[in-house]
Amino acid sequence: MGFLDKQFTNENIVVAKVEDLFNWARLSSLWQMSFGLACCAIEMMATSASHYDFDRFGVIPRPSPRQSDVIIISGTVTLKMALRIKRLYEQMPDPKYVISMGSCSNCGGPYWEHGYHVLKGVDRVIPVDVYVPGCPPRPEALLEGLLKLQEKIRNEYMVNGNSSAGKKSA
Amino acid sequence: MPVEIEENIKTKSGNLRTEEMILNMGPQHPSTHGVLRLELQLEGEVITKVIPHIGYLHRCFEKHAEAMTYPQVIPYTDRIDYLASMGNEFGYAVAVEKLLGIEIPERVEYIRVIMAELQRIASHLVALGTYGADIGAFTPFLFCFRDREKILNLFEITCGARLLYNYIWVGGLSHDLHPDFVRLAKEFTSYFKPKIKELNDLLSYNRIFTERTANVGILPVETAINFGVTGPMLRGSGLKWDLRKNDPYSVYNKFDFDIPVGQGLMGTVGDSWDRYFVRVLEMSESLKIIEQALEQLPEGDVTSAIPKRVKPPVGQVYARIENPRGELGYFIISNGTPNPFRVKVRGPSFVNLGVMDELCRGHMVADIITILGSVDIVLGEVDR
Amino acid sequence: MKTIEEIFEILKAKFGDSILELKTDQPVEPFIIADPLEIDKICFFLRDEEGLLFDSLMNLSGVDDANGESKNDESGALNIIGGTLSVYYHIESTKILHKLCLKVSTQRENPEVASVFNVWRHADWQEREAYDLIGIKFLNHPDLRRILMPYDWEAGHPLRKDYKNPEFYQGMKVPY
Repeated sequence: MGFLDKQFTNENIVVAKVEDLFNWARLSSLWQMSFGLACCAIEMMATSASHYDFDRFGVIPRPSPRQSDVIIISGTVTLKMALRIKRLYEQMPDPKYVISMGSCSNCGGPYWEHGYHVLKGVDRVIPVDVYVPGCPPRPEALLEGLLKLQEKIRNEYMVNGNSSAGKKSA
Repeated sequence: MPVEIEENIKTKSGNLRTEEMILNMGPQHPSTHGVLRLELQLEGEVITKVIPHIGYLHRCFEKHAEAMTYPQVIPYTDRIDYLASMGNEFGYAVAVEKLLGIEIPERVEYIRVIMAELQRIASHLVALGTYGADIGAFTPFLFCFRDREKILNLFEITCGARLLYNYIWVGGLSHDLHPDFVRLAKEFTSYFKPKIKELNDLLSYNRIFTERTANVGILPVETAINFGVTGPMLRGSGLKWDLRKNDPYSVYNKFDFDIPVGQGLMGTVGDSWDRYFVRVLEMSESLKIIEQALEQLPEGDVTSAIPKRVKPPVGQVYARIENPRGELGYFIISNGTPNPFRVKVRGPSFVNLGVMDELCRGHMVADIITILGSVDIVLGEVDR
Repeated sequence: MKTIEEIFEILKAKFGDSILELKTDQPVEPFIIADPLEIDKICFFLRDEEGLLFDSLMNLSGVDDANGESKNDESGALNIIGGTLSVYYHIESTKILHKLCLKVSTQRENPEVASVFNVWRHADWQEREAYDLIGIKFLNHPDLRRILMPYDWEAGHPLRKDYKNPEFYQGMKVPY
């Protein structure tokens, strides 16, 4: 166990802030909802496979929104699908995070100009925490996006009883 | 033979009282290979009707093709079937070159064939790996993706991208091969041959796998032709129909390879196991083609025939190629301007999905996943 | 294997004035123009006749010919009045290995084409897509409704040349 090794000076008692402990627990086991829409989904599957392993960060794919913490929107969001994404997002329990992977879900991607059925960016229906650019992003880029999300969670604070709001002042 | 539904309900449900129910396998589902919605009408647990609802990934490819110039359409064709991008670009380039009436250097043809066959192996690896994962066997998924990474490395040293390449241009290629490519490709072919045997040992003859897939989703040949089904689905039903032999394009007539068909080894001809096994055998045939092409690769300049401005005469063309999922066709109408007037893509998965209703009637709910995995759809092609 | 001229003679002998003309002057492929309301009888004949046996439909595409009068209305958007919409059929025979291309044209204002659903079941979804994106109605199709666009899309048929994008759809902004 990383940072807790040889830190016990007083009979296995650790003194830490509640915020730090909760944030550490949350960022180390982000369970993702397997939600792949298009080409970026294949790169997400390749990231979960053995070459660029996702499991070593604690990320497991779960089939149901009620059992997951993070949803990775990978692929183009169309108008027909956008309402369903909103419904899935509302079914996830708090605290929940959203990673938008690929240009199509960031801003509409290559279909921004003449796409009559493409939603130009998934942030028009749900709030996004991390944007990963690329078309499709390499698996290393998706891992970097995950690490940025972990950094964001590490800096959260729980005052006002609302844990998903607010950042520690640096 | 489509099963008599009434009889089936009695035999499968026994003395239980059954009721009609509508169940929705929604757009978000771990096993539907993308955003596909299946509306199932059930009588107890036996299916009476399947209605697929598609369009959740409709990305307006045809409208974009009308607004771009001919070479600018190529990145969009990549994204139609994102698991077989080299094949999509190949088909579009063949169609536009037919319309323009230009000759391309032989080296370009050979490299295109090598890339298309490598892409076929990569696409079948994803299909077989995810099929195993749907049935419940997770290990072949990891093995297939490990082998696929080696193919993606080959593509990456050629054109820089892992999944969507923009490599095959109208009239040639964007880059010539890397100097190490031929050596690395030969290493790959000798590495991959024993891996097919490994896959067979792991999955194909496994008792649980054959119990779940044999005699499930039987497709007779006449129905298949009437519904327009092509590719490994049609070959799994016993008809020896492959566009690389029946309607040859590029330099496929120079290679010596076989067309595997389904023979009903584990059940009846045309069931899901046959369709799965045809894909496994096709991978070894593709290896043969790659080896022959690497031996015969001529010298030349790959960019010499690329036209500066693509402006075809007024006319129309329908050109088709054999993609890993079936017959991919491009129908292009030109009106003399640098932008196409109409590009229609005949996607094989769109047509193959139409036969789902016929295949699923009379089976139980768990068999739908088996049948859908053996149809091997890619939603980007279904919705375009 | 028959050439397109021979097939044209056979069809003209059987159907008379439903077969309109044979067009061979443009590259790359020649095609036969037929009457839109008789196309199902012609296709039954093509599928069942000895010596022709066209048992497989390769492709069916709807096309907006945009050959009417185009005017710009007050807001500067394009409007096309008159002209035709066409459907192209590409068929082949898996036994005799020959291919054929057929075209039918119908007027833009109330387009109606006979459906070939009973000839080749492949036409089921292809005709629904032509109806959804171009707006051509196929007579005798058992279930003609939208397939790719949402079922309640009111703004028209997207692949027409004078299609305008709506501003909002169910609360979401559509343009960039």
